[in-house]
Amino acid sequence: MDSGRVERATKTSRIAAITAVPFVAFLASLPWWGDSGEMRLIAEMAYYLALAQLWNLLAGYAGLVSVGQQAYVGLGGYALFYLTGVLNLNVYPAFVLAGVFAGLISIPVSFAVFRLRGAYFAVGTWVVSEVFALTASLITVMGAGAGTSLTPAILRQISPDRSLRETIIYFGSLASSVLVCTVVYLLLRSRHGLALTAIRDSEPASASLGVNTFRTKLLIYVATAACTGLIGGLIFLQKLRISPEAGFSVNDWTVVVIFMVVIGGIGTIEGPFVGLIIYFVLREFLADYGTIYLILMGAIAIGVMLLAPAGIWGFILQRYGLQLFPIQRRLVLDLGSTISPNSTPRV
Amino acid sequence: MTLLQTKNLSAFYGDFQALFEIDVTVNEGETVAVIGANGAGKTTLLRSVAGALPVARESVLFDGQPIGDKSAHDNVLLGIAMVPEGRRLFPSLSVEENLLLGGHSKRAGTWNLKRVYDLFPRLYDLRHMPAPTLSGGQQQMVAIGRGLMSNPRLLLCDELSLGLAPVVIRDIYVSLAAITAERTAVVLVEPDINRALDASSRFYCLLEGRLALSEPSKGFDRAAITAAYFGL
Amino acid sequence: MEWLNVLIQGSLLGGIYALFAIGLSLSFGIMRLVNIAHGDLIILSAYVALVVTQQTGLDPISSLIIVVPVMFGFGYAVQRGLLNFTLTGGLLPPLLVTFGISIIIQNGLLQVFGAYTRRLQEGSIETASLQLPGGISIGVYPLLVFVVALVGVASLQLLFYRTGLGRAFRAVSDDADTAELMGIDNRKLYAVAFGIAMIFTAIAGVLFAIRTIFDPASGPIRLILAFEAVIIGGLGNIWGTLLGGVLLGVAQSIGAAFSPTWQILAGHLAFLIVLIVRPSGLFPRTRD
Repeated sequence: MDSGRVERATKTSRIAAITAVPFVAFLASLPWWGDSGEMRLIAEMAYYLALAQLWNLLAGYAGLVSVGQQAYVGLGGYALFYLTGVLNLNVYPAFVLAGVFAGLISIPVSFAVFRLRGAYFAVGTWVVSEVFALTASLITVMGAGAGTSLTPAILRQISPDRSLRETIIYFGSLASSVLVCTVVYLLLRSRHGLALTAIRDSEPASASLGVNTFRTKLLIYVATAACTGLIGGLIFLQKLRISPEAGFSVNDWTVVVIFMVVIGGIGTIEGPFVGLIIYFVLREFLADYGTIYLILMGAIAIGVMLLAPAGIWGFILQRYGLQLFPIQRRLVLDLGSTISPNSTPRV
Repeated sequence: MTLLQTKNLSAFYGDFQALFEIDVTVNEGETVAVIGANGAGKTTLLRSVAGALPVARESVLFDGQPIGDKSAHDNVLLGIAMVPEGRRLFPSLSVEENLLLGGHSKRAGTWNLKRVYDLFPRLYDLRHMPAPTLSGGQQQMVAIGRGLMSNPRLLLCDELSLGLAPVVIRDIYVSLAAITAERTAVVLVEPDINRALDASSRFYCLLEGRLALSEPSKGFDRAAITAAYFGL
Repeated sequence: MEWLNVLIQGSLLGGIYALFAIGLSLSFGIMRLVNIAHGDLIILSAYVALVVTQQTGLDPISSLIIVVPVMFGFGYAVQRGLLNFTLTGGLLPPLLVTFGISIIIQNGLLQVFGAYTRRLQEGSIETASLQLPGGISIGVYPLLVFVVALVGVASLQLLFYRTGLGRAFRAVSDDADTAELMGIDNRKLYAVAFGIAMIFTAIAGVLFAIRTIFDPASGPIRLILAFEAVIIGGLGNIWGTLLGGVLLGVAQSIGAAFSPTWQILAGHLAFLIVLIVRPSGLFPRTRD
């Protein structure tokens, strides 16, 4: 009976797709009417969004709950500084190589940490990150414990003009964020994404169906590490300075990211967007009260885990079936009715 | 005297409904058998009564009191004990420790360690052995003894004969007679229909979560049971 | 002789690591809960002791009389009121809830006490030493800590194998569902288990804070050290945790002979090696 077709887009997703383009264009126009501070803030949001999407891909879809992704942020940053500062490579190729470097390092790391499961995997990845941080503090050419800075000469490779340089870096941050979100979205739409969802739901079942679970998870782990390394390079390019503590900081690169994803809705692409907004709103409004906003985020994360484990977007998805980034396929029969799977992401 | 009564008992595992409005009664000191094919809902029925599966409050009455939403450990204090399917002894504990664990609730009554060893003398020699090293039959004795240690008024036995040799099963059922002599009510889930009917005064037959038959055990027409069992 | 000294110092160092690890090992063994906030709870105990010593004038070790019950009660409440609800949801809820607790404790301590480093003062015992034959001197304090760890592990062993409560713990660890069927109230038992874990955590926190400076951010590294000791020794084995602590201490002691940075790094590397070669540890006991 050929009376059905498989559809993906929903009404809301079509609306979202149409509004996305002008929205990104609007952000891209910031250099012409905004100041440095605003550009830095949007850039910061952009790279946190990218990190959140990557962590969500790893934890929410591949089931690899890592508390050690800061390792690749630091590796990317250090690689960039080393390639440009010590090996005198041009900054643009150095970026790409920094990501490649992080990806390569993640391969032997996976041999160690993939032997662990669940919460043990989480703490194991954290230990690995600590090892990298300690190792970095032993490398004297990179300033050992105190760290090192980017020289003005390296910065001039981007552009000798400061304002243009800021604009280029800003575009770079926006572009990488859009790129990461697009890649994640396309990946999850593909059969690899289907495999991931199957693995997440039941690893033994999907393995018995022929999904190569180990290779899929390894692929995701390495790809995520490489992209995280790239973002790390971007982050420290803007910070101008790197040290073991900053580069491998679990608080800066992992705690915040995890909170964003969990509160926003783990296992959904929309979730990190929601979590991002909540984090920055809380931070900007409560900045005067010290680290209260972190305590609040911790409490919200606990509340979400106990009351609405699918996060805010997960809740919306369950209640209203709204999807902005439609991944699932629906069977539409000519009878005019639709059969769609229960769209609850289960983690 | 009605000890246990279920009223329109329905049970669910998530969205899946395993029991459909079951009405079952067990009187004090009575032995009632529950038979049915695999998946008919026999274990579900036992777990609902024991409190391991939450059900509607008023759908299970013990001594006239609604207990449907009570947890399993509360029900032990009331006098309901379970001998689970597959024995489920604690592998890290010795035989004696398993038995003592059964007495955790410290419910008063005639059963204690010594009496359990009197009932199952072989266990006394094995009392310090780790539970997994025992044979199937011996493990079943420990499981029954463990249930008795809480001095239950109602003992729920799920597939006592699972995986055991006939001569061993016979010994187990002989000991069951000693238990029921103490006025302990027993609900017996038993795949062997003949044993089930021999050991009980009444039986219930479940089919796909529904009650198909409810009759006295003695002299009941086997053909009718077969029909009900398989839904013919 | 130099190597013997390294071995002895490392073993004694293992005492505090074992104390760090016991609480983590308990909550994993009984509840399958990996408590990300564990290190922060150690530090929280140190701060509680700080307040008690400041308010009452007691010395830190004596302050344990108050700190231990306080932490027991706190642990009981947290498990009963919060963590018990995370145990059935799969991997993420316990991980993320304890993560959230960790962040709240760290930042809460930061808000209340500030970022200054602190230390508890116990007096002359901190620097006293014993002379052994062969020219080796051992600190009295590390020896004391090691003995406390030894006594702690031994008493836990007694609790587990000679008491009704311990029997219940082992049963619940084996099969929580059947334990409920036998009349055990799992929720209460978990809360008691976590409370006992907190007793060890409190002792560890106070003993550690006497010799080492600490601040609100000192928690995570303690979690990692505890975790490493548990993994090296093998999951679910209390004596294994003691041994794991000793091995970690020895590895660190060897590293320390090169430089302070190498001390911690050597410990991490030893952990990773055990992980690659024998993922379930040296003497594992828990089925997972």
